[in-house]
Amino acid sequence: MSTHIASVYDEDLKYLTRRISEMGGLAEQMVAESVRALVNSDLALAQKVISDDAILDEAERQIGEKAIVTIAKRQPMAADLREIMGSIRIAADLERVGDLGKNNAKRVIAVASASLPRQLARGLEHLAELALVQLKEVLDVYASRSPEKANSIRERDNEIDAIYTSLFRELLTYMMEDPRNITPCTHLLFCAKNIERIGDHATNIAETIYYMATGAQPAGERPKDDTANTVGAIGN
Amino acid sequence: MNMMSEAAVEKALDQKMNTVPFKMIGKDVSVYYGEKRALFDVNLNVRENTVTALIGPSGCGKSTFLRTLNRMNDTIDSCRVTGKITLDDGDIYDPSIDVVELRARVGMVFQKPNPFPKSIYENVTYGPKIHGLARTKADLDQIVETSLQKAGLWNEVKDRLHESGTGLSGGQQQRLCIARAVAVSPEVILMDEPCSALDPIATAKVEELIHELRTNYTIVIVTHSMQQAARVSQRTAMFHLGNLVEENDTDKMFTNPDDQRTQDYIMGRFG
Repeated sequence: MSTHIASVYDEDLKYLTRRISEMGGLAEQMVAESVRALVNSDLALAQKVISDDAILDEAERQIGEKAIVTIAKRQPMAADLREIMGSIRIAADLERVGDLGKNNAKRVIAVASASLPRQLARGLEHLAELALVQLKEVLDVYASRSPEKANSIRERDNEIDAIYTSLFRELLTYMMEDPRNITPCTHLLFCAKNIERIGDHATNIAETIYYMATGAQPAGERPKDDTANTVGAIGN
Repeated sequence: MNMMSEAAVEKALDQKMNTVPFKMIGKDVSVYYGEKRALFDVNLNVRENTVTALIGPSGCGKSTFLRTLNRMNDTIDSCRVTGKITLDDGDIYDPSIDVVELRARVGMVFQKPNPFPKSIYENVTYGPKIHGLARTKADLDQIVETSLQKAGLWNEVKDRLHESGTGLSGGQQQRLCIARAVAVSPEVILMDEPCSALDPIATAKVEELIHELRTNYTIVIVTHSMQQAARVSQRTAMFHLGNLVEENDTDKMFTNPDDQRTQDYIMGRFG
């Protein structure tokens, strides 16, 4: 796209883009570290994730303020307006991703005291890997603004949902086997749910990017394979 | 449930917009100033009781098009108009048309407020008098009051109707010009950058007025302020180098226009 006649305007928009990318990088790192801390019972790493969240929160506030000032000063139109509104939304999603990573990190202490089977940790790691791939790719799409790629990310969220559902079943099995597993497994269940939510936020971001690029909402319902909410119901 | 959400109501109104009848139809309109061609086969229709905004960079032909709608271009000797423009199905360039009468039906408000150097009262009554719209002093008084009220100026000037119109502030003068245009009961009002010489408060008043006038009149406005076009109009037409680039619902035009040139222009980018 050609540049603005007022070059300062371009700088304002570039600032937003840069800060969003930074937020994305940090959110990604927090999620990866929180899962690593969880799997390795690494309390120091968990602590780092918890304190990093403040940086992410501050970044979201700064992006919001810059966006408000830019709207007031430039009265943006069309793609520029969508760009700025999109920045606000994406920053909010990334801030939530950070919160979820932080929440996982907080659970490390509770889970660390229990000795859980390796296999369970693998399942969680796998779920996190998928969510992180989603997050990483959506940030790449943010840089490229490709509506096609944004759409393909959106269509992949059901993989995460499916794995989350199977992890959910697995955790239930452990809890039934030995009541002493209930506390750590419940924490892990929350962790799994958090990671699944991170996938949803990545999908939100993909939809926002699609809107920013095209001015239209992506067509059709978002694919859903999260059937955990009916696990254990009669006939299931 | 027959309660409609606000968004649903707006959508219904937007869809209704497509069924609003055309007040004026411009077909293959071209304008030449001597050898120079200023407009290229413009096809643009103006909907009834709708504010249509014409936007585009300087020299794009938007004012030229506006001026074809009441044959204001006739006053320029070298100017030649081809194509067809109708008002309620009547060809306004038909030789049998009385131009003075046409301009009573299609009134105009200009960029710079240009009240006559006469009293406020006489500014408003001038048109009705020459068009024979009033017989008695009482009729004229009535026209003055309603016109000034429609122009949102009555309360400010009712006690000094016989003072000079040129003694008013810029914003008041412009509203006086609108009152003068309204006094002859036009059907269409053309506005050529009506707020470009006004401060933000006077501008807001004129915009509010445009909003109210829309109920009774069809309005076409040329403006350099994209924000103004976005605020006051329901339809927007974008001109570039004498061509009509895009005409669309205003809401769509300013959030997601179809044409790249519109996009570049409204966002203030190099095209």
